[in-house]
Amino acid sequence: MSPLFLFLSFVALLSALGVILAKNPVHSVLFLILTFFTLSGHYLLLNAQFLAAVNIIVYAGAIMVLFLFVIMFLNLNEETEPHKPTLAKVAAAIAGGSLLLILVAAMRNINPAGYDPATFDSQIGMVDRLGLVLFQQYALPFELASVLLLAAMVGAVMLGKRETGERNF
Amino acid sequence: MTLPALGWQGLVVLVVFGVSLLIATYSTYAERVIAAFLQDRVGPDRAGPFGLLQPLADAVKLFTKEEFFPAGANRALFVFGPCLAMTTALMSSAVIPFGNVLQFGETVVHLQGIEINVGMLYVFGMVSLGVYGIMIGGWASNNKFSLLGAIRAASQNISYEIAMGLALIAVLMISQTLSLREITIQQASAAPFVWQDIFNWNVMKQPLGFIIFIVCAFAETNRTPFDLPECETELIGGYHTEYSSMKMGLYLFAEYINVFVASAVMSVLYFGGFNFPFQYDLRSWLVSSQGLELVTAQNIITILGLVGLFAKIFGFIFFFMWVRWTLPRFRYDQLMRLGWTILIPLAIFNIMLTGGLITFGVIK
Repeated sequence: MSPLFLFLSFVALLSALGVILAKNPVHSVLFLILTFFTLSGHYLLLNAQFLAAVNIIVYAGAIMVLFLFVIMFLNLNEETEPHKPTLAKVAAAIAGGSLLLILVAAMRNINPAGYDPATFDSQIGMVDRLGLVLFQQYALPFELASVLLLAAMVGAVMLGKRETGERNF
Repeated sequence: MTLPALGWQGLVVLVVFGVSLLIATYSTYAERVIAAFLQDRVGPDRAGPFGLLQPLADAVKLFTKEEFFPAGANRALFVFGPCLAMTTALMSSAVIPFGNVLQFGETVVHLQGIEINVGMLYVFGMVSLGVYGIMIGGWASNNKFSLLGAIRAASQNISYEIAMGLALIAVLMISQTLSLREITIQQASAAPFVWQDIFNWNVMKQPLGFIIFIVCAFAETNRTPFDLPECETELIGGYHTEYSSMKMGLYLFAEYINVFVASAVMSVLYFGGFNFPFQYDLRSWLVSSQGLELVTAQNIITILGLVGLFAKIFGFIFFFMWVRWTLPRFRYDQLMRLGWTILIPLAIFNIMLTGGLITFGVIK
């Protein structure tokens, strides 16, 4: 394991813990952004430049900005934070714990094959290779995902649409 | 790669960093000179010849001012905000190809910080991260006006990023690559006529896309007429209302670096980057009539191309400032309407138009 991998993993785990342990929601969001950066670093180590860049643009650049936007708008503070009942906390702990169990069980028998430097394809994970795979081998799932996004978009427009005679500002 | 080559490349990175800072410094001077010119005033002329030492005087003033923390501010994030704004602004200039290759014997120097396969996406990602500095600073100030500025910055950047990305997709359809160096080289042309050469620039194939891109660049760098996050008539100073001394200076500086990077990106994507008309004619003339070696002639072309790219960049920076002192600020709902109901449909139309023109072989 390279020192870079160990460093990135260390920061990733630390910042992921920061997300759930930070009292201030804005700090949580910032820790989450740091987590996404370390994940992008991992993608780069795996030779997936495109995925790393898109992860930064979509998650760190767009979705987290909206998260921060909503949190700033609601002005959530430690004092106004709603306290959840104990039952909900226990249920969340059980659900999260079983998800962890499933993930660990799925990973248990994985045996990384390693790679042969003679036959290793350095272009794997690059954007043109990814495009070829995505539009040939996985064309149907790709198109179905776009239909899903379209449905979400239409739903958002329906919810946000101004009724006749209604003024929003 | 041998160590000397790496050393040269490291030097290029340092020079890019230094040049970004230098240009940002003198942009503050240029802004005042241009404002004075457009408003028929004298402008800064006290510090040094022609007022050229004015940025230095400003820096001394900002560094020696009292550092002030507002009551109830989140101190850590209050300091972190300007740092983040500066960092993200400086990071984007790393992938811009400022020039072609310089060759000295065995050593080959690329006049570019780093060449990555996904350069265009990298710049786009860094631009989208630029808003965090403003948002965090505005929120940490514990001031209503700062918070409003931060929220405006967030929604404005998200809205204009979409149109900007769609404009970039049309460029991508023509260039078929995300690497900024490749895109620049594709815009070169060996044709003997100046018209042919200029027709090869992407702005000729993407006039609509360029207009969309430059409008979005104004919004993403928070420049007038879209400087709503710091709109002083409504929000005092917007996100930097509570800032003083060099933390304030870093915010202003980051804005000028963003203007520089946006100008450089537009020059590279749409105006041929380091290519200039007649470059191949000049090279063959240098080789055949002046008896220079091909490598030396190419080095001369590279340096001229570097100068040409900076001329384009300064032209765009001047345009940014010209617009600032000419157009009044938009109202916030006008800004949103322009972004969502005009620019995004136009950008989608531009993509369909480009696709059609490529299909019918009009452009390639």
